[in-house]
Amino acid sequence: MSNAVLSAAKAKPAARPLSPRMASWRRTFRQLRRSRLAIPAGCVLLVFVLVALFAPLIATHDPFKNDLANALLTPSSAHWMGTDELGRDLFSRIVHGARLSFMAGIASVAISMLIGVPLGMISGYVGGRVDAVIMRVMDVILAFPGVLLAIAIISIAGATFTNAVVGVAVNTVPIFARVARGSTLSVKEEAYIEACRALGTSDFRIIWRHILPNISASLSVLATLRVGISILVVASLSFLGLGAQAPLPEWGAMLSNGRTYLLIAPHLVLFPGVAIIVLVLAINLFQDGLRLALDPKSANR
Amino acid sequence: MTTFLLRRILQLVPVLFGVSIAVFAMIHAIPGDPAEMVAGIDATPHDVEIVRQRLGLDQPLLQQYLIFVGNALTGDFGTSFRTGLPVSEEIMPRFYNTMVLSVAALIISVVVGFVSGVVSAVWKFSIFDNVSLLVSLIGLSMPPFFLGLVLLMVFSVDLGWFPMSGMGDWRHLVLPAVTLGLPSGAVVARMTRSSLIDVLDQDYIRTARAKGLPEYTVVNSHAVRNALIPVITIVGLQMGFLLGGAVVCESVFAWPGIGRLTVQAILARDFPVIQASVLLLAVIFVVVNFLTDLLYGVFDPRIKVQ
Repeated sequence: MSNAVLSAAKAKPAARPLSPRMASWRRTFRQLRRSRLAIPAGCVLLVFVLVALFAPLIATHDPFKNDLANALLTPSSAHWMGTDELGRDLFSRIVHGARLSFMAGIASVAISMLIGVPLGMISGYVGGRVDAVIMRVMDVILAFPGVLLAIAIISIAGATFTNAVVGVAVNTVPIFARVARGSTLSVKEEAYIEACRALGTSDFRIIWRHILPNISASLSVLATLRVGISILVVASLSFLGLGAQAPLPEWGAMLSNGRTYLLIAPHLVLFPGVAIIVLVLAINLFQDGLRLALDPKSANR
Repeated sequence: MTTFLLRRILQLVPVLFGVSIAVFAMIHAIPGDPAEMVAGIDATPHDVEIVRQRLGLDQPLLQQYLIFVGNALTGDFGTSFRTGLPVSEEIMPRFYNTMVLSVAALIISVVVGFVSGVVSAVWKFSIFDNVSLLVSLIGLSMPPFFLGLVLLMVFSVDLGWFPMSGMGDWRHLVLPAVTLGLPSGAVVARMTRSSLIDVLDQDYIRTARAKGLPEYTVVNSHAVRNALIPVITIVGLQMGFLLGGAVVCESVFAWPGIGRLTVQAILARDFPVIQASVLLLAVIFVVVNFLTDLLYGVFDPRIKVQ
């Protein structure tokens, strides 16, 4: 620990002067390289992002076009991953499905962060009765195991992709609220926050300009983890028929569909399943590297 | 201990109260008039009125809530829209099936997770440790139902060892329990490993080794016992995770449990059944977490002091 501080202090004058933000990015990246799997995982993730962005250019066929004469074909040069029961090209559907999966993961995490992080920061900063009420409400949300709350929301609002994403977002709100609250509680006691208060800075400005930047590292690590989990949960809901509906090329829905043809066309289940696993595995490995990079204390363990 | 117990029970009350309000509110959150939806599309306004009275929807909201809680406490959740049977009669056998599945899955998860966690910790960075890390990572990145489908393909379709779906003798239980239990076994394994590695670094382990105890005794009677404490919490949390995961797993294997019933009820918009099963699962989850906390207190006397 003290050695690291010393060598960092020695190295400083030699390094090119960088803006603090650039320097922190650099440090993060250098740490990221230490975790052996984070960079390859990041590359795989990048490929998925590019596939999702340029899906219409990459897909070889129209993902919605039926071609009953060519139904349930095994993989070939014309159809790289074969075709489904309606003759739709599986590769093109999986490529377009990447968009839906990213949308599911990112949108649900964004919604839950927008609600959970302010709630948690207010809870931690204000404390007292406000804190008690907010955290009890979060406890109630956490009382529903797993996908149950999302399922309850879908039972009211209807089984659509959007509702599944919203349901998962509501499920995730307390997780962000708890982490934001915990981090706020520890940051709040720092001397610079007290200095702000002494200078008469408004509470809103303290929370927004001084606390949020200081808790953003732990929040971004959590967010990456939750994107992967949300992708899995939305796929599960679609698999149950409670999320994306036909003919959307959502991977979970495709798996549910392919289940009927498990005996004669196992590729209908294998390809979407492997796509989910590789994407989520890449996210999880990248997240692990990010966690070590942003929290060097845990890396020493 | 009594103060600790009382304080934890007092924390339980607002959560259960909130859960009951949330489940009660479900029927009122449906867009449109619930009475109209229950009565069906071709119901006359008179029919709708009768349904409204039968469901008690014409009463003041507070009274409706009190009736709902009173009925729920006596196990009365009304009648299923779909079958016309009392909801409790529909749910109880299904609930029993879900408990059978979850407990079997928990046993698999704890046995697999604990054994592989201990082996990984004792032989840190060995081939076994690395393989188990890789398997855990993949297991946690896999949609739960996909593992089920792969197991089905290999062990039912290709090898014909286990039946594909339904419930009967023990062979029906194997694949669903493994599907449900393995991913949580991965979590237990990681937790056991890191907890045991922490303990093996402690001074008293060095003392035990220094006084010449065989390594087996050191690990078995000094380390594992202390490493168990954080693992118990994880196992308790896994029980809740298994209840939630059962919803998905039961659908893959057509296991007649409460999760599959809930999904079927949602697709049929059978609200009394949805309300009852959501409430039941949530209450059990809260109670299991509560018991986990207590157990934690029993195993680690330091907790009680706080």
